[in-house]
Amino acid sequence: MAPERVFDLSAHTMRELNQALHDMTGDAPQRVKVVNAQGDHALAVGIDAPLEVEIHGHVGYYCAGMNKHARVTVHGNAATGLAENIMSGVVRVKGNASQSAAATGRGGLVVIEGDASARCGISMKGVDIVVHGAVGHMSAFMAQKGRLVVCGDAGAALGDSIYEAELYVRGRIADLGADCEEKEMTPEHRAALAALLRDAAVDLDPGDFRRFGSARKLYHFNIDHADAY
Amino acid sequence: MCGIVGLFLKNRALEPRLGELFQPMLLEMTQRGPDSTGFAIYRDPVPAGSVKLVLQHPSPEFDWSHVAALLTDAFKADVDHRRVHTHCLLTLAAPEAAVRRYLGEHLPRVAIVSAGRHIEIYKEVGLPIEVAEAFDLKSMRGSHAIGHTRMATESAVTTAGSHPFSTGSDLCLVHNGSLSNHNRLRRKLQKAGAVFSSENDTEVAAQYFDVQMRQGASLEQALRNALADLDGFYTFTVGTSDGFAVLRDPIACKPAVMAETDDWVAMASEYRAIASLPGVEGARLWEPEPATVYVWEGAGATGTLSGSGPLAKAG
Repeated sequence: MAPERVFDLSAHTMRELNQALHDMTGDAPQRVKVVNAQGDHALAVGIDAPLEVEIHGHVGYYCAGMNKHARVTVHGNAATGLAENIMSGVVRVKGNASQSAAATGRGGLVVIEGDASARCGISMKGVDIVVHGAVGHMSAFMAQKGRLVVCGDAGAALGDSIYEAELYVRGRIADLGADCEEKEMTPEHRAALAALLRDAAVDLDPGDFRRFGSARKLYHFNIDHADAY
Repeated sequence: MCGIVGLFLKNRALEPRLGELFQPMLLEMTQRGPDSTGFAIYRDPVPAGSVKLVLQHPSPEFDWSHVAALLTDAFKADVDHRRVHTHCLLTLAAPEAAVRRYLGEHLPRVAIVSAGRHIEIYKEVGLPIEVAEAFDLKSMRGSHAIGHTRMATESAVTTAGSHPFSTGSDLCLVHNGSLSNHNRLRRKLQKAGAVFSSENDTEVAAQYFDVQMRQGASLEQALRNALADLDGFYTFTVGTSDGFAVLRDPIACKPAVMAETDDWVAMASEYRAIASLPGVEGARLWEPEPATVYVWEGAGATGTLSGSGPLAKAG
C-alpha cells in the first residue's frame, strides 16, 4: 500500500483537502490521514476511488457525502447529513452522528459506533446502516431499500411511511410510524443480519434483534379508499 | 438559517475573559447569519432598586445627555450614561417599570434594547466581525453571554429586527427558526397588554415568555407551555440573570449542540463555534433532545432538564 499522506486542516482548507482526494484516482488503494478537524463542513465529500481516509477530530455537515469506493473513518462526532447519498464504500464514525445520517444512501455501509439522532436513514435507497447505540425519532422515514440495524433503542415513529427497507432493532422502540410493522425473523434474515453485523464489527447475537418493515398498506392504491382521495 | 451561541461560565476566575472567549464563537457563525448580529452580556449588576438600561435611537448623532438630564429631573436620581457605538448604557436608582413607562411616554423614538440589573444587549445590522468590533465585545467581562447571527426570513433587516429580543427584566431570547402562528399569537398577546416594537416572529416568542412569567410561570414552565402554543421551527436559547435555558421544537430540524466542562457550559448551532473554547477536547458533548427543556441557573449551575420527548403531542 502507498505511504500515508497527512492533511492538516489547521494549515489547509476543506476545498484543498477535497481537491486532493479527487485527484487521487486509480485502482490502487491509497491512505490519507486528516488531522485537526474542528467541525468543518463537507470534509471528504465526493470521493470516487478506493482510498482509506482517517479523519481525526469532530466533523461538520455532510462529511463523506456521495462516497464511492472509499473507506472513511471519523475519529470523533459527525454533524448533520453524514454520508449523505453514499453510493458504495464504508463510512465509520467512532463517536455520535447528528440528524439525517446516511440520508438517501444508495449503497455501501455506514457504521455509527455511538448514537445517531433524528431521521437516521431518511429516504434510504439501498445503503446498509449499523448503529451501535440508539437512533432518534423518525429514523428510516420513507425508507425505500437497504437495511438499518439499531443495536440500542429507536426513537418515536420508526419507519414512518416506509417502502421496502428492512429494519432490525435490538433495544426498545418508542413507537412505530405509519405503515411500519413487525415482521417474522426467518433463518434467512438471521443469517443476513449476522453477516452485516460481522461487516460492521459488532459482536452481538442476531437472535436478540426484531425485524420491521412495510405493511404495504400506504403506497398501494386501495379501491375501498377511493372516496378518501 | 441563523446561528446562535451561548456561553455560561461556571468558573468565576474566567469572568474577565468572557468577551475574549465568546467573540470567536459568534464570528464562527458568520456563514449562518451575515445580515445582523447581536449579543446579550450579563455583568456588573446594579444594586437592588436601581436599573441598567441599554437604549438605541435611529440617529447615530442622538444626544444621550439630553435623555440623562430628563431622567435625572423626572426621578430625582443620579444618572450614569455612556455612549456605546449606536447604543447608550444608562443606569439610575429608580424602579424599572416606572423608567420604561417614562421613556415610552416622553421619548417614543428611543428603543429600550434591554433593561434589568445584569443584562446588556448590543445589536446592529452588519457582519458579526463588524458588530463585535464596533461594540468592543472582546474586552467585555461578565458571567455569561448569548449571541445571534441573523439570516432574515420573516421580517426586515433592521436593528429592531435583530436578536436578542428582550421584553422582561434581565430576560432575553435568541432564536434559530421561524414561527408560523406569530400573527395570531401577537394579537392575543397585545390583548394581554404586550407592546411590540417590530414585526419580527421572535419578538412574539419573547413577549410570550414575558407574559407567561408575569402571570406566574417559572422559566421552565414557560418554556414547556411554549411547546403547546408556538407553532413552527425553533431552537431557542433564553438568557436569565443567573443562567440560561435551551429548547428545541418536537421535530428538531434546527440544529443545536451543547458542551460542558468544570469551567463552562456552552451551546451553539454547530460544534465549530464551540471548538475554540479552552478544554473543549475533554468536554462532555451532546445534542439537546427535541421538546426537552435544559436549564442552567445559579452559582452551582447544575443542569436540570424536563420534557415530553420528541414528537410529543404537547398540550
